[in-house]
Amino acid sequence: MSSPITVTTKPPETTAKRKVGKLAFHEAMWGYIFILPVVLGLGLFYMAPSAASLFLSFTSWDGLTAPQFIGLDNFANLMKDDKFTGSMLNTMLYTIGTVPLSVALATVLAVLLNQKIKGMVFYRTFYFIPVITMPIAVGMVWKWLYNSEFGLINHVLGVMNLPQPNWLFDEKFALFSIVLVSVWSSIGYNAVILLSGLQGISGSYYEAASLDGAGTLYKFFRITLPLLTPSLFFVLVMSFINSFQVFDLIFIMMDQQTTMLESTRTVVYSIWEDGFKYFNMGYASAQAFILFVVILIITMVQMYIQKRWVHYQ
Amino acid sequence: MTTSTQAEKARRLAVHILLAVGALLMIMPFLWMISTSFKSFADSMSVPPKWLPVEWHPDNYLRVIQTIDFGTYYLNTVIVTVGRTGGQLILCSLAAYAFASLRFPFKNAIFLALLAVLMVPSQVVMIPSFVIMREFNWLDTFYVLIVPGIFSAFGTFLLRQFFMTLPKDLEEAAKIDGCSYFRIYWNIYLPLSKAALVSLAIFTILASWNDLLWPLIMTSSEEMRVLSIGISSFQGQHSTDYPLLMAGALMATLPIIILFIFLQRYFIEGIAMNGIKG
Repeated sequence: MSSPITVTTKPPETTAKRKVGKLAFHEAMWGYIFILPVVLGLGLFYMAPSAASLFLSFTSWDGLTAPQFIGLDNFANLMKDDKFTGSMLNTMLYTIGTVPLSVALATVLAVLLNQKIKGMVFYRTFYFIPVITMPIAVGMVWKWLYNSEFGLINHVLGVMNLPQPNWLFDEKFALFSIVLVSVWSSIGYNAVILLSGLQGISGSYYEAASLDGAGTLYKFFRITLPLLTPSLFFVLVMSFINSFQVFDLIFIMMDQQTTMLESTRTVVYSIWEDGFKYFNMGYASAQAFILFVVILIITMVQMYIQKRWVHYQ
Repeated sequence: MTTSTQAEKARRLAVHILLAVGALLMIMPFLWMISTSFKSFADSMSVPPKWLPVEWHPDNYLRVIQTIDFGTYYLNTVIVTVGRTGGQLILCSLAAYAFASLRFPFKNAIFLALLAVLMVPSQVVMIPSFVIMREFNWLDTFYVLIVPGIFSAFGTFLLRQFFMTLPKDLEEAAKIDGCSYFRIYWNIYLPLSKAALVSLAIFTILASWNDLLWPLIMTSSEEMRVLSIGISSFQGQHSTDYPLLMAGALMATLPIIILFIFLQRYFIEGIAMNGIKG
């Protein structure tokens, strides 16, 4: 680096800078090469159709004839549409009910499933079963559990002389009932991701803590949890993104009823109604665009505050 | 010493009881699927529902195979799943390495743009996607079933988070030795990330195996049909043949369960990597 010749011909800082500059260019070039396939593929197959949908949100389109450009009319109408604002509120309530509970339970479960005890293969498989169970079967069993006449839940409540609500048909309880099913079905999914995150934690931390006489709780809060934060961050961000787009669960649990309850209509359910039941694709696309902006803001906020709590190496 | 082993035994018993009660809650709908698959049609409609079949019908499974072209659907599903999963593991890990470890301008902005893909409801992109695939002349081919599925923002994000927890000192040492970025990715990052790669594989396999809407819209001929479509054909507009539906679904799900049991041993092996760190 500091050979006498370079010192006499040029100031040493400039050469060093140039070398760093060349290395940085090299690094950046390889960075772009490595992300290129994913960027191109997502751009072509996902961003392009999304952009088309954004364009449709400024039109009136029945899906058959040519779209009519109507400017911001769809958005203006949405602001006055109680059905839409109500569905946005329901979606937020659903997310607040589901995400924290599911992630907290999944964290505890992942730690339990990470122990070396007999039969762990079976436990892990059992907890993953909801993820692979056919949604129709999930819906059938839960509807039966919730049934007001012969359901197991109300039977137990009846024995205990407690009130027996009509869970899925009562505006007050329907969304709460769906949140419970959602938490049930997402715990295993999140636990598998967190379980793989736990594998990255070195056993030497625990050994050192044990030598210092640290207890189980201390190890969990001072070692496991901080080192699991990168995986937790992923699970949280994805849970928010997915919860805001909940559709399948609403469809399975509610759709066979004659009328959709006001308290369980989510934004994507409303998008589906407007787009595929009433063939108003422009109006549906406008709702999707607003939802997209809401999710994007929430994700950006999470990205911003991760510096405060996520520990990377 | 004896008290501490006794305390350890008690703790283990508590963990077992806790896990077993939870597990029972988790597998109830699955047990229901198994029971329904052996019921007669009338039996499956009874109100209130019964946990066990009144008369057992193992022939439901035979009827599923006779009703739909199970062999073709299976083969197609396996081809699509292998293609998507293999592609995702390679492309996502490559991009994830760059996002986790390399420095380049606009890195965070590009990353957020990729995540934005996950925030658009699939319901509104289906029609534009169909138009694009038709322009490509890919409709009703393996291309439409596989190629769009090998690019994943979810997979890139998942692996990036895991890569960011890996110790940096190994990488620094490799750089000083003059290793190329690709060799660092291939020889250091990938071998240390088996647990994360396996969990991505599980989710990709599952998503591809169960994907219904995309193949339903993008394919039309009998030869291109996949399992999920075949099984959903038992679900009628007005009445659903639940016993056949559940029997078909169970036959389709079985390989996934077996695969999960096999793959999860990597959730233990991952711990071995920590030896390298010291």
